[in-house]
Amino acid sequence: MIRINCPYCGERDHSEFSYGGDGSITYPALDASAEEWLEAVFQRENIRGVQTETWHHVSGCRQWLLVERDTMTHEIHSVHAAHEGIAKVLEAGK
Amino acid sequence: MSASRLPAGGRIDRDQPIEFHWDNRKLKGFKGDTLASALMANGESILGRSFKYHRPRGIMSAGVEESGAIVTVGRGNRRDPNVKATTQEIFNGLQAKGQNAWPNVRTDLGSVNGLFSRFFSAGFYYKTFMGIPPMEWGKGTGIWMQYEKLIRKAAGMGVASREPDPDIYDHGHMFCDVLVVGSGPAGLAAAVAAAEGGLDVVLVEQDFEIGGDYLNQSSTEAERKRSSQISALKKLGARVMTRTTAFGLYDYGVAGLLERVTDHVAVPAVEIPRQRFLTLRTKHTILATGALERSVAFGNNDLPGIMTAAAANSYVNRFAVQAGQRIIVATNNDSAYSPALNLARTGADVTVLDSRTSLPDNILGLLDTKGVSHRAGTTALNAVGKKGIASLELASGDDGQWAAGDSLTCDLLLVSGGWSPVVNLLSHRGVKPVWDKDNLCFVAPIFDEPIQMAGSANAIWGTSDCEASGNAAGVAAVAAVKGTGMNNVTSAPGAGGWETPIAPLYEVRVDNKKTKCFIDPQHDVTADDVRLAHQEGFVSVEHLKRYTTLGMATDQGKMGNIIGLALMAEAMGREIPEVGTTTFRPPYTPISLGALTGRGKGAHFKPLRRTPMHDWNLAAGATMTDAGLWQRPWYFARQGETITEAYIRETITTRETVGLVDVTSLGKIAIQGPDATEFINSVYSNAFAKLPIGKARYGIMLRDDGIVMDDGTSWRLSETDYFMTTTTAHAAKVMVFLEELLQTRWPHLQVHVTSVSEQWAGSAVAGPKSRAVLEACVADPASVANEALPFMGVIETSLSNGVPCRIARISFSGEMAYEMYVPSDYSESMMDLLWSAAQSFDGCLYGTETLGALRIEKGHVTGVELDGRATIDDAGLGKMASDQKSYIGSALRSRPDLLRTDRPQLVGIFPKDKTEKFKAGSVLCSENKVEGHGDGWITAVTHSPTLGHWIGLGYINGGYDQWSGQTVVAADPVRTGNTNVEIVSPHMVDPSGERMRG
Ligand SMILES: [Zn+2]
Repeated sequence: MIRINCPYCGERDHSEFSYGGDGSITYPALDASAEEWLEAVFQRENIRGVQTETWHHVSGCRQWLLVERDTMTHEIHSVHAAHEGIAKVLEAGK
Repeated sequence: MSASRLPAGGRIDRDQPIEFHWDNRKLKGFKGDTLASALMANGESILGRSFKYHRPRGIMSAGVEESGAIVTVGRGNRRDPNVKATTQEIFNGLQAKGQNAWPNVRTDLGSVNGLFSRFFSAGFYYKTFMGIPPMEWGKGTGIWMQYEKLIRKAAGMGVASREPDPDIYDHGHMFCDVLVVGSGPAGLAAAVAAAEGGLDVVLVEQDFEIGGDYLNQSSTEAERKRSSQISALKKLGARVMTRTTAFGLYDYGVAGLLERVTDHVAVPAVEIPRQRFLTLRTKHTILATGALERSVAFGNNDLPGIMTAAAANSYVNRFAVQAGQRIIVATNNDSAYSPALNLARTGADVTVLDSRTSLPDNILGLLDTKGVSHRAGTTALNAVGKKGIASLELASGDDGQWAAGDSLTCDLLLVSGGWSPVVNLLSHRGVKPVWDKDNLCFVAPIFDEPIQMAGSANAIWGTSDCEASGNAAGVAAVAAVKGTGMNNVTSAPGAGGWETPIAPLYEVRVDNKKTKCFIDPQHDVTADDVRLAHQEGFVSVEHLKRYTTLGMATDQGKMGNIIGLALMAEAMGREIPEVGTTTFRPPYTPISLGALTGRGKGAHFKPLRRTPMHDWNLAAGATMTDAGLWQRPWYFARQGETITEAYIRETITTRETVGLVDVTSLGKIAIQGPDATEFINSVYSNAFAKLPIGKARYGIMLRDDGIVMDDGTSWRLSETDYFMTTTTAHAAKVMVFLEELLQTRWPHLQVHVTSVSEQWAGSAVAGPKSRAVLEACVADPASVANEALPFMGVIETSLSNGVPCRIARISFSGEMAYEMYVPSDYSESMMDLLWSAAQSFDGCLYGTETLGALRIEKGHVTGVELDGRATIDDAGLGKMASDQKSYIGSALRSRPDLLRTDRPQLVGIFPKDKTEKFKAGSVLCSENKVEGHGDGWITAVTHSPTLGHWIGLGYINGGYDQWSGQTVVAADPVRTGNTNVEIVSPHMVDPSGERMRG
């Protein structure tokens, strides 16, 4: 029953969001090797504790978010816009 | 048991008599009665039959923990099984019945099961499965299934209605600062303190009256306190909800509430829901959930006429029902003395047996003045009676060493084996309760949650201590919510409050006397079952629970858990806390499936999507079908046509002249911006970098892992503006993926993606006469001439009525064909124009059935072929993928396993005997090995009017090259049997594509 404080919309119920995936992944360039892509697509940590995740405010502003969530307690430590340029603008305006 | 209604007193309203039905007999009660109190007042003592042995059962409690009086309420489509008579309010016309009995609970022929009780002991299902002597002949599932039916019929609970539920249920959301669960002395004090501190308070009470244990007290002082607290809450604006159960606590301060709105109303207003399922979000929670009185395991402790001491106290004080006349009270603690004195005051002959050897003088003095006889160091050993208790064999002794004693006649036995605080909701939060060895119960440990325990839920026994504890919890909640620190918080009273310590008493047995001692009467689990489970190696509490069914189903560990643990501890030679406790899980009390479902059933189970030309299609004779959330035309039957006749005619007409089909449900995405070309070229696997303005291209998108995600077309409208179509099924997924790429991976790209699926309505126009139809409909016929609009060309123009439109010459049918889109509001005028023109060429409208036939003939893939397992090569489209660029999925597409040539590949399928048909879903097997998963499967079939026989598409290991010329079996063992087929190219009609380019 998580609530996520969307930087665009404010605090909203989890039912408005959908979980994306591991937000700590940096996807390789399209022309990178299959090995690099294999690492990015398939190799996942199974973290017990705080992990960075992507969430999509799919029934709201449709923006992708980077969420730090504790997998033990569901506690959310931070929420940022996933688009780094927008995140910078939003945080400068705070 | 000879129960009777007292001439005066109680909280019932004697001015409001109520008539209700019990087992088809008309009985009378009063407003304020529960079904249990009313039945008791009418002298009914056997209200149920037990789960396995069909033993007669009566009322054992006065609350949600009831294990005996479990009945069926309502009739027909409103029949509700397994209702606790102790919580059901009566109303005029209420229909209630005993269950698990035939012909009724008083005379139950199934009670012969008791004679076979050894077969029903712990784990009887598992053992019967394996075959136990003398039933070894039962070994194996075949015979098991025969007598499983008999056992299931004999062992059971109530029967739910098989008809649809006629009631409505609502879902709602609430918010507050503090949720207080329970409205007894502690809960009321907590709610008042929190509201006085300025907090927004919600107080929920599962009963129909506020007051909790105040309601069971006979003093005017209790009633004065209760009503002043209620008016204080009203004045402070707190929300007070009766008939509402907090059934579970979840993350983020979420509490699940179930409000029973009309379960007590004879004729509910039609607009009112039966129940409300509420999601409450609170900053702080106070659990004043009380405690449940435990029984003790002794012989025949399930006989009607045996109940908890507190229950009889509630019946006499709250409901003015004297549960018996010759009463024995068996206790191991102080709490049973007040009920004993209350019942003596109202005229009963009362004897107290206390398992403890010494009692304080003040209690003994009080008993003497009230004429209550008492015996110390004595307890119940074995109840005697056929359909109710008639006498009690006593045991006497000290420190658990019991010896059989004499016998007393009685009509009611009250038992108090101690109290278990209701820590269930706290347990939902993952907090493990700890054993309090002074009070012999599990209590909340120190925990880190915004939750306070108050009153007897925290093992605080006295009323004034409970009030103080509630007040402290309320003040603490104010400090926590307002963040003002805990300076003003008064210290709450500690656990306990009895003058003489409670003495352990879980089971009473003496050597050389076999007795049946129930610890979970609801499931007929006995003390011997626990010992048997231990003997057979089930020493973990969680295993014990599953093996014996102790504390399962509606009980959820309320009644038998502690005794079960105590017996297991004894068997293992350990202490109770070393054996552990089971974890309580939601819901605290049962929730109807209707309440969970809410309004989301039937047509409202999922959203319904209709295209803007839905009504136009219906008016034109469409039969609709569901395609995901969408409703799409399935076929347009003419006078007397079956679906098969209709789609064959539509397919022939489209191939010979022209057909129109609503394609609005396709996903449509506007891709705009200076980097739109780079973006689209990186997303599709085939080349898009050089797509000229005014051209469309078929495109295939892969996932990161190299598997096909979706296919569709993209139309280049200008330098920076693309119009992408996706499949109907994957429209949302593609949109989400494009947004993810732009926002998380490629933030440097200047591109906007906008879903325009709702903005544009579309029709495909397919067939040799399609261009002629377009010429008749657009403002400038020359704009759709072959040179102006060649194969894969795109134009933006307007219809002859001035409606703007965009047209691409693309084909899914294999014919010369176009897709035309107009703004959604103009869809009907587009269809009017197109259909009028098509009719002049003897054209037709078609639906998804013909769409399927046309595309299967051509070997075009859809979601059933692109099923999340297929690579672009598997689908036969590998040649389209570019090797000049990198794109999403290009790296992992070349994984060795995805390049194997023996992977399943797309093929066409013909029957060997052209008069035969076969079905989608059939397994493709080689002729000499028709078994298992075979070598492939059939994804889609249709009758091909063009070829004159049934055809199909499917996947087979190695594809056409490996299987061409061989006989393959399409195996469909559970439906139509096997058909011999041959594997052909998937392009079964016009493989060179001349018709669509023509
Ligand atoms: Zn948002």
